[in-house]
Amino acid sequence: MSSYDFPDARGRFGAYGGVYVAETLMAALDELNAEYARAKADPAFWQEYHHELKHFVGRPSPIYHAKRWSEQLGGAQIYFKREDLNHTGAHKVNNTIGQALLARRMGKKRVIAETGAGQHGVASATVAARYGMECVVYMGSEDVKRQAPNVFRMKLLGATVVPVESGSKTLKDALNEAMRDWVTNIDSTFYILGTAAGPHPYPMLVRDFQRIIGIEAKEQMQDMLGRQPDMVVACVGGGSNAIGIFHPYVDVDGVRLVGVEAGGDGVDTGRHAAPLSAGKPGVLHGFRSYLMQDEDGQIIETHSVSAGLDYPGVGPEHSLLKDIGRAEYVAINDDEALKAFEDCCHLEGIIPALESSHALAHAAKMAPTMGKDQIILVNLSGRGDKDINTVAGLMGITL
Amino acid sequence: MSRVAETFARLQAAGEKALIPFITAGDPNPGLTVGLMHGLVDGGADIIELGIPFSDPMADGPVIQRASERALAHKVGLRHVLAMVKTFRETNQHTPVVLMGYLNPVHVLGYEAFAQAAAAAGVDGVLTVDCPPEEAEDLTAALTAAGLDPVFLIAPTTPAERVREIARLARGYVYYVSLKGVTGAGNLDIDDVARKIAALREHITVPIGVGFGIRDAETARAISVTADAVVVGSRLVQEVEAATPETAIEQLTRLVATLKAAIR
Repeated sequence: MSSYDFPDARGRFGAYGGVYVAETLMAALDELNAEYARAKADPAFWQEYHHELKHFVGRPSPIYHAKRWSEQLGGAQIYFKREDLNHTGAHKVNNTIGQALLARRMGKKRVIAETGAGQHGVASATVAARYGMECVVYMGSEDVKRQAPNVFRMKLLGATVVPVESGSKTLKDALNEAMRDWVTNIDSTFYILGTAAGPHPYPMLVRDFQRIIGIEAKEQMQDMLGRQPDMVVACVGGGSNAIGIFHPYVDVDGVRLVGVEAGGDGVDTGRHAAPLSAGKPGVLHGFRSYLMQDEDGQIIETHSVSAGLDYPGVGPEHSLLKDIGRAEYVAINDDEALKAFEDCCHLEGIIPALESSHALAHAAKMAPTMGKDQIILVNLSGRGDKDINTVAGLMGITL
Repeated sequence: MSRVAETFARLQAAGEKALIPFITAGDPNPGLTVGLMHGLVDGGADIIELGIPFSDPMADGPVIQRASERALAHKVGLRHVLAMVKTFRETNQHTPVVLMGYLNPVHVLGYEAFAQAAAAAGVDGVLTVDCPPEEAEDLTAALTAAGLDPVFLIAPTTPAERVREIARLARGYVYYVSLKGVTGAGNLDIDDVARKIAALREHITVPIGVGFGIRDAETARAISVTADAVVVGSRLVQEVEAATPETAIEQLTRLVATLKAAIR
């Protein structure tokens, strides 16, 4: 797979990606692309990025052997890449640090972000405070309700949270509104996009900032076990944590890459958020990729217990990895994710994010079908403290 | 000569500027759209921009977002929009109709199938907001082959080399976005627009329309001094929103007549 080198100069991952935005944004994207090319070639940029990851985020994040759960399942050994232990509680901060450093290079004093579960919003508010920038976060009003603790965290960090009332009032609408802000304030504002999606160069630069997950994991697995995992599992909404851990493994033979989408009530019911499992290619939010849409090309409302996976599209590189068969994509339903959430709490003493619980559920499904000497590495992309209200609600408990 | 080119040629000969009103197809209900289109023409519309409803109108302000939502509540899709144009054409063969919307509804039909169906319905031009020249090659080829004009946006942020590229692809007219923002925004700078249009004329040979944020007759008149066409969208959609279905056509016709009188 050594020929794997995407995107091309036009931001294409095979037939996916590209730059599908209104004309007003084109110059800003060209400017960002040019600045990132300069930053990418500048050792001082990466030095600062890695310094921040070490001292501000607490990287490298450890690899942890989920022994009791693996034993109970009676098959493959499950390991976690502990992105939940990062500052701000998820992988999102790897990307916001990188983009905030770019914003600073470009002299932008105001940053905006969209958020679903609130993790990217918190990570954006955090770096904005850290670097002294104004921060505005757009969040669907449904998600504001579902993720109240994160809304308050963003406010504590000095960000303005704008509830978005249009459309389905979730992540996709927050992204629309962030784009509208950007087009209006294009001279002063840097848009910190939270996932490996959107118009070029975002899918590339978010991936490059999240690759640290896979780069570390490869080294750590080698040091700990002298070998690489048989399977790497990660949840996929927009797909940034998944591409972060997958990308360094793409050219490693014998490592299965499995992305787990949100199956909601079940892919058969139509109430889900699994475009790679049940969508078809289309254009939304500036890029071409698999998309949940009806026969008129309207975007279908998604359903998932997890706000962070509640997105009708998926990063373009995942569409390519699916088409070329390098990664597999499956769906895990709400109830399966919740079961994994509880098991992880009880058996491992870790409260995982509901997003990550989808990946855990698939690992728990696969482990018994594999040998005891085999290894599954799960990207535990975030911690679940933000989800306790949601889970309590499902248990019929009011906190 | 295309119907759009003929219209501009006729207006130029008469020393007039074009008024291009925009409404969203299916707003407030699909039964009213063809009547509203005729009402626009009665008021003095030279070209009609007809919005294709889309679930995620990223470049639109709240007024046109709500219009899309009202149309989608009636499940109005691109195929219905084409049927509306076909009905409009039964009694109007002279007013050009330009479809304006986002790429995905077009993408899902397939560019060639869409272009042929649109031409057959009597559509004259197509503007897909989120399809800049870099991504427009296949769509532009399909439109041109079907005899349709691909209309492109030019923004205040568009550098000269991109203007040249757009000039190469554009047919019918180009749509200059008068401000940095979404449709219906309130930060239009008339002097700035005049300077930009003068600069655009170095490269652009087709007529230049100006839109986004033109909310009254006075602004329309000021813009028409330098532009070849004035596009008014949000203000008209607001009128539709405020009217009852019984009075919408009449109110819209009256408003369009005021705007046309101002730029004549």
